[in-house]
Amino acid sequence: MTQTNSELVRPGVSGGLADVVRARFLLKLLVRKELKVRYRGSVLGLLWSYVKPGVQFIVFYVALGIFLGLEQSPTNRGGLPNYAIYLFSGIILINFFTEALGNASRSIVGNGGLIKKIYLPRQLFPVASVWVSAVHFFPQLMILLVACFFSGWNPNLIQLLAAVAGFLIVALLATGLGLLFGAANVYFRDSENFVDMLLMIATWASPVMYAWTMVQAKVGDFWFTVYQMNPITIAVETFHYAFWLPTTDGAQAIPPHLLSLWIPVGVLISAAILLWGQLTFRRLEGRFAQEL
Amino acid sequence: MTIAIEVKSIDKQFVLRRSRSIKEVFVWLIKGRKGELSEKFHALKGVDLEVQQGETVALLGFNGSGKSTLLKHISGVMIPDSGTVRTRGRVAGLIEVGAGFHHDLSGRDNVYLNGAILGMTEEQINERFQSIVDFAEIGQFIDTEVKFYSSGMYLRLAFSVAVHTDPEVFLVDEILAVGDEPFQKKCIAKIQELASDGKTLVVVSHDLDLVSRICDRGVLLDHGEVRFDGPIHEAVAKMRGQ
Repeated sequence: MTQTNSELVRPGVSGGLADVVRARFLLKLLVRKELKVRYRGSVLGLLWSYVKPGVQFIVFYVALGIFLGLEQSPTNRGGLPNYAIYLFSGIILINFFTEALGNASRSIVGNGGLIKKIYLPRQLFPVASVWVSAVHFFPQLMILLVACFFSGWNPNLIQLLAAVAGFLIVALLATGLGLLFGAANVYFRDSENFVDMLLMIATWASPVMYAWTMVQAKVGDFWFTVYQMNPITIAVETFHYAFWLPTTDGAQAIPPHLLSLWIPVGVLISAAILLWGQLTFRRLEGRFAQEL
Repeated sequence: MTIAIEVKSIDKQFVLRRSRSIKEVFVWLIKGRKGELSEKFHALKGVDLEVQQGETVALLGFNGSGKSTLLKHISGVMIPDSGTVRTRGRVAGLIEVGAGFHHDLSGRDNVYLNGAILGMTEEQINERFQSIVDFAEIGQFIDTEVKFYSSGMYLRLAFSVAVHTDPEVFLVDEILAVGDEPFQKKCIAKIQELASDGKTLVVVSHDLDLVSRICDRGVLLDHGEVRFDGPIHEAVAKMRGQ
């Protein structure tokens, strides 16, 4: 990646994520490769990116919304109005996180053959995984938007910006943790199993299926604050604020200080984790070639 | 003369076996941390090497002598435990031709992907694309997925991409695995052409006749140490004499 120069330089010294920006053409090709290769030889192809979340949504909606009574109906006044949209807006964000982090954690070991032989910015692989997941996220977002329009969605600009912030929080967090666990996975393959466990927890540790008010009512203010520190919780709440709240009569409460306090907190925590992941990655990557 | 590659007293140790199970680590802790948890292997011991621009150097030695490890240090894939490696200009490797290829992509996609992996820009690949395809003699199969290629076609395309990266320093590991005899001759001619253009070449090969034709200088490695460094014919003679 170094340009022609007349200086003697040490090969194999990485510039961190700045290298990824410099190698964006390669990043683009890696992302395109992943998208082409993912559903090769399958009849449904890219449709699988819609079918899987669709079925997941139906299962959760029937089990939680109808059987467990989270959906508001004339006979069940205590439920959430438009629970389907509430659920789906959280699910697509969690799916983005799950896919991004799961693939990023495996990306270094998965591309071991290449990393052992040719020097290239290794941060490209986790970043490309997150990028691919973002590409799979957007069709799902389109479905959500269609559903929102049919439910009388009229958001304001602040709500839309909040959703963008929520997406960024998740993307930063997935990249940071992906770098961290991707690098750790080279040394300890326990890492990818740990990530699987973490992802299972992440789905339930944020208000995707249920309402945040239930958490506050059960655990009290202190633990609720701890619960709110989770960047994914904050991101899911921004999605509810942007996509679900404008389809209801607005009587539902959003968590206090979501915009003024929690979104900046989420961005900061995610950025700090990205920095940590990046530093750890750079410390470990020097020995990738011999450990893989 | 300017120095293209400068290797100063580098050392490299590999961990051969690392016990990673909790049980073994626990027993080790109980026994008062006696002994090493892992076995080490000294792959390079204080290796010094200076290559001038335009030189053609062959790294010789038996299996396990550290040739490929040294090449990986020059390319930046590995970082030495101590000592320094410095290079001038862009370094590209023909190290295991086809490492960046993906079976499910077409030849065209693979040329772009592999070219970018080897450090080419989009414009450079666009500009050299036809030349790459012509050199590889792939013709109309360029839009076919490479899993349907014969192994010869596959290697030819990979080699062709690699020689078109146009770096200042070329690292070549076992080139003779490439294709049938006419194509091999073409590859060797191409490598000789690169050498006469003033590119720096570092070649690892067990084919002593071939390296004596391509290279001027031979470096004999044995168990991670430089045993001999001088004209290629003397190096080959020493190697044969061992």
